[in-house]
Parts: sequence; C-alpha cells; structure tokens
Amino acid sequence: MGIVSAIGMDVETTLDSLVSSRTGLGQIRLLDTRLKEKLIAGEIQHTDEELLQMAGIDKIPGMSRAALLGMIAAKQAVQSAGFIPDNKLRTGMISGTTAESMTSIEKYLPDFLSNDSRNEFIDSQDWGFSTEIIAGILGINGFMTTINTACSSASNAIMLGARMIRQGRLDRAIAGGTDALSKVMLNGFHSLMIVDPEPCKPFDDKRNGLNIGEGAAFLVLESEQVADKEKIMAEMKGYGNANDAYHLTALSPDGSGAALSMKNALESCGMKPGRVSYINAHGTGTLNNDLSEAMGIEKIFGKKPPLFSSTKPFTGHTLGSSGALEAVISVLVLQHNMVFPNLNFSEPMREVAITPEASLVKNVEIQHVMSNSLGFGGNNTSLIFSKVE
Amino acid sequence: MIYINGTASISPQPTFEKQGFLEEITEYTTNCLQCIEPDYENFLSPIGLRRMSRVLKMGWGAAKSCLENTSLSTPGAIVTGTGRGCYLETQKFIFSMYENDETLLSPTPFIHSSHGSIAAQIAMMTGCRDYNMTYTHRGFSFESALTDAIMLLNEGHFQSVLAGGVDEIGKNKFLSFDRIGHWKKPDTGNLKLLEYDSAGTIAGEGSTFFLLQNSSSQYTYALLKSVHTFSNPSDTRAIIKQAEWFLSQQGLEVSDIDLVLLGLNGDRQFDAVYYELMATVFSISGQAYYKHLCGEYHTSTAFALWLAANILSLQQVPPIIRLNNRKAKTINHILIYNHYRDVNHSFILASSKKYTNPII
Repeated sequence: MGIVSAIGMDVETTLDSLVSSRTGLGQIRLLDTRLKEKLIAGEIQHTDEELLQMAGIDKIPGMSRAALLGMIAAKQAVQSAGFIPDNKLRTGMISGTTAESMTSIEKYLPDFLSNDSRNEFIDSQDWGFSTEIIAGILGINGFMTTINTACSSASNAIMLGARMIRQGRLDRAIAGGTDALSKVMLNGFHSLMIVDPEPCKPFDDKRNGLNIGEGAAFLVLESEQVADKEKIMAEMKGYGNANDAYHLTALSPDGSGAALSMKNALESCGMKPGRVSYINAHGTGTLNNDLSEAMGIEKIFGKKPPLFSSTKPFTGHTLGSSGALEAVISVLVLQHNMVFPNLNFSEPMREVAITPEASLVKNVEIQHVMSNSLGFGGNNTSLIFSKVE
Repeated sequence: MIYINGTASISPQPTFEKQGFLEEITEYTTNCLQCIEPDYENFLSPIGLRRMSRVLKMGWGAAKSCLENTSLSTPGAIVTGTGRGCYLETQKFIFSMYENDETLLSPTPFIHSSHGSIAAQIAMMTGCRDYNMTYTHRGFSFESALTDAIMLLNEGHFQSVLAGGVDEIGKNKFLSFDRIGHWKKPDTGNLKLLEYDSAGTIAGEGSTFFLLQNSSSQYTYALLKSVHTFSNPSDTRAIIKQAEWFLSQQGLEVSDIDLVLLGLNGDRQFDAVYYELMATVFSISGQAYYKHLCGEYHTSTAFALWLAANILSLQQVPPIIRLNNRKAKTINHILIYNHYRDVNHSFILASSKKYTNPII
C-alpha cells in the first residue's frame, strides 16, 4: 500500500503522526486562494515541482497535482507489493477522485477559451486523465476505470477491485484514489457553510464543520492464488454500498442511509456486528454527517458499539480519495493493534449514547475493521478489512 | 443470461418515445450535434424543472422512460457512466469564483457539479436505496457501468440493474477541444461524415439507459452478452487478437458476427483502424456505423447499444447506418467496436433473445 497526505509522504511517517497525535491541519500556504486568510486545511507542504521530484518521473504535458500525488502513492504501493506489471497476470487500475485535475482547470479555464498558452492542460478536463497517466507510467494496460461518487469514490474503487478479483476478471488490482486541494472544493464547501475555520471536532456536540485536505492512497489487491504470502498485510473481507436517496448534499438525519452500507458490508461476508473491533468513521465534523453516521452506528451495533474514531482531524477531509487513505489507516490499525484517536473531541453529542475514542488506544486485539465513507448524493460505502490468519 | 428488458435514448435524432425505429433521421450542418430533448414537464414537477440542471434532466428523462415501458418503477441497482458528468456546473462555479473574487458564492452549481449527481438524482426519484455507482473515465465510462451491471447480476444480489451512459456537450468544453483540433469545420454535414477525408470529427451528446435483468420478459429486446475494454493497442493485429479472444470467451468466432457496429467518426487519423478491420477480419460481416447520428462523445457506445438492441429485437438494420450490403438472414450477434481517440478501445457483444446457446 502507499499513502501521501498532510501527515506524511509514506506509510511509516503516516503511522508515526497517527501515534503521536500530530495533525496535518494548518495554514494554507501553497494554494493561491483568498480563503487562506479564513480557513485551515490538510495541505501537503510540497510544491508541484517537489512532488514531481518525489514521483521520480519526467514531466508529462498537462500533469496535474492530483496525478502527481496519485503517482507517488501508487508507486509506493507497487513497490511494497513487490511486483512488476507484466502480461502474465491481469492487473487493473481503479481510481476514485472527486476533483481530478481541478487545480489545473480552475487556473487555466479562461486560457482554454481565449488563447493557446495552456493547451497541454485541455485534456485534463476529462475525468480519468490522472488514472491513465499513472497506469501508463506503471505499465498497466489491463482494465482501468475511474469512479466519482464524491466522498465515497476511492472506497468504491477498492470495492470494485475486490469484486473483480472475486469474479475472476482480474488477478490483481491497484485500487485507491487521489484528490488535490483546489479553490473550487474549498469555495464549494465553504459556500455550503459546512467548513470549520478551526480544526474539526468529529462527533463532538459543539462540532462546526469539516476541514478540506488533500492526499492519495492505493492498495494492491491480489487473489489468494497470486498473492505472495509473506507480503499480505490484510484481507479484504467485505464491502457494501447503498444510496441514501434523500438529498443531493445531505444524509438522512435518522442514519438509515449510513446504516444500509454498514449492513450490506456485514452481510456480504456473513459477519455479525459484534465481531467488528474498530470502525474508522467517515466523521467529517459536520452537523449532518456525524449525527447521521452515529445514529447509523447505533442502529447496526447498538448502544455499545466497537471502538470508533474519525481520523479526519489528522488529514482533513480528502474528498474522493478519503476512503483510500482511511483504508490504509485501517490496515495500520490491524497491523499494530492500535486505535488512532478522534482528535479534538470533548463533548458527547446529545442525540446519541456513543462516543469516539479521544486518545490513542494501544495493545487492543483487533481482528476486523470497518471503514465508512459517506458521500454527497448519499453514496455510502463501508469496507471490512480483516487480519490474516 | 442478461436480458435487455428496456431501453430509452435522448439523442440528436428523434429516438425518444417514438413509434417506429429511426424512421425519421435528422440531418445537420454543424460540427456540434445537440439532443432533441423531450418536454421535461412530463417527467418533473415545477420545482424539479426549475432546480435541475440540463444533464440531470437528460439523465432522469431517459431513465424514467426506460423504466416506464417495463413493469418496474424501482430498479435493484443503478450504475451510470459519464465522461463529462456535470462539468458545466463546475464551470459555472469557477466563473462565479472569478467574478466574485471567492466571496458570497451561491452553492447551487457546486451542489450539482458532482458526476455522481446523475445517478443520485435517479435514486431519489425512483426510491432506489441500494447499489449506486458512477464511472467517469472518458471512452470507458459506459463500458465500466455495463461491466459492473453484468457483475451485479452475476453476483445474484439484484434481479435488475438500470445502466446508462449520459453526456452533455458544453459550449466551453467544445471550444477548448476545438482549440486542439478535435472538431471538423462548422459546416460539416453529419450524413456526409465519412466523405471528408480530413482531421476532426463532430461533437455530440446523449442520454441512454437500459434495464438489465437476469430473466426475460415480454419487453425483452436482446441479450447483453459481454463487454471488454483495453488501452493503447500497439497495432491493428493487436486489436484483432483482442476481438478473437473476446468472442472465443462466448464460444464465437468473428465469422459468427452478423453485424459489426463501428465507432467511425470521420476523423481521418482515427478511422484508419476501422477501415483496416473492415477490409480484413470484418469483411464478411454486415458493417454499420453510428456516430453520424449522435456525434462523438465519451459514452456514445450507449447509443450504439440502443441501436443494437432495437436491431436485434426488430430484426431490421436501418439503411442509414449501413456501410456495406451484406445482409444476414437472421441477425443473431452484433459486435460493437469503438475507440476514443485510439486510447480507450472497447467491444460490446449483444445477441438476439432467441439465441440462448446453452454452452455459455
């Protein structure tokens, strides 16, 4: 697996930040936006030029920040899995993104319409552009696609990868997502008045909204026949998707939408709720999400649910890629028997009985982890990762 | 066995809720074909009409019509493919950011800008709370949706999947791609599309949906047999190998294909491969094309599949799409082959509902 975000440019640094409660939220320094005076974000403090160096590739015409972030994370994943893409095994690439190359589009759209100075970026207006660049560099020529279901995009990408392997359509899938910080996303969420100018407080009664972040993460999923037993980090046990069908930007307040995806994930692997040891919640810090998700958790797991926390106070909400970042974090939980804290939590919500873990929990036996991603348009996905026996 | 039990298409031709199949053809002189849209009043409340963006209306209109002609009002799952998604709304938002210097922005275009909104809107209108997915990967967008739909039906959780391909041409995106030579001149005649021997094609758009089920019904058009995608093939031989492999998975050879429906788009550079295949491996099949009717866009193969479903159901090939005179007595198998700018290549195989070969 591979991961880049405001809390680290690889798996090791990410783990260290999580264990040390070191947040990546802070001042916006690189993105040229008026909102940098007002808002904080999980911005990766590397310029595009630095990211290009880190990706270890030559500049490609029209390459966007999202493609660069995805490239770095995907390369890490492939290196850690220790394979070289070839034609012997069917390898696919599936990526989830909300904003794609928005950082280029928002800068150069006026040029696209009036002059030839930015022609190399015109193609980046197509979603799937980053996926194709990354797949091309990695040498992957098999099935490839891109998903945009807002905040559940990368989780859905991982779910599709697993299903394709199960159905025998692929031997291996590089699945995850990428999203770079853009003015459009910052302004968009800000116009909806759901952004907290302070660090977010998921599941806190006094929560005030989300913080946007950026990042990319990829998992290498392989069938049992193909996987190198020494390198297996976790098993993809179950997955579930459902649509809230309530509102284009809000979840049903009774939590039924969130509950559906969790229920579907458990049913997909015949798992009883009591066997889940930890839930990595979507927990954005908005009034709507956290209430809906908490009620959903209570519906499925009762008033004494497994340990749960949102790690978005670390990374910010990285939108379409968030499900992939949190999948990597879920695997770290399994590997290290730790539950990472839900930072900034102090006051329990009035409407529910459950509270997240506010501090790091060590030495806890974790067998199965559920990771939730609940998106705009009510697209909800839950993934279940398990320790390998 | 996967059955196409419903289909509807909003396209630049009079294809929507019409008696007969392509009995009227619309001729254009333009490099940008726009849809002949229905009166959305028949599909939406006054609030819906006011609030929904054009692409959301196109998506809902075709989805609703597709379901209307079957006995199903709520599908089991919804999967869509869209190359451009709701990009027009994103652009509106970007321009308002410039105009207002990032202050006091209306969230409405932002709310409608997520590609997943098309499928989400359909979920809300049909009350479908289950599986919902949106693929957006250029010339693979619709094929990804179909692949997922086939997988869902094979997995056995759902008895029905509503699958669609939706794309709206936007003026700005059209202009920007004009800048890098995607389109022909503005006075291009669509029915003469293959006569120009020049670069560029004509832009198009459409919204086409299918109700896929794992049992037949009185509404069955055809069978959806298989879908396959591949990228950047090295040469025509590589494409032929892919075609032979794809068909062999269904127990078929190229000679079993009664009609190949090809994504020729009039661009001299990109059409060369189709002509090579027509002269060689597809030379004994009936040959047809479709982009003169709908234009070039990422999910044009949804329109092609709509054509194929109707051809198989009615057992007639509209003369306007024919490229040669080979006429099969019975049309059992139609192979759709398309590529988007020689990057995204795909095959879709559809067969007559009477052809239920027990081997596969």
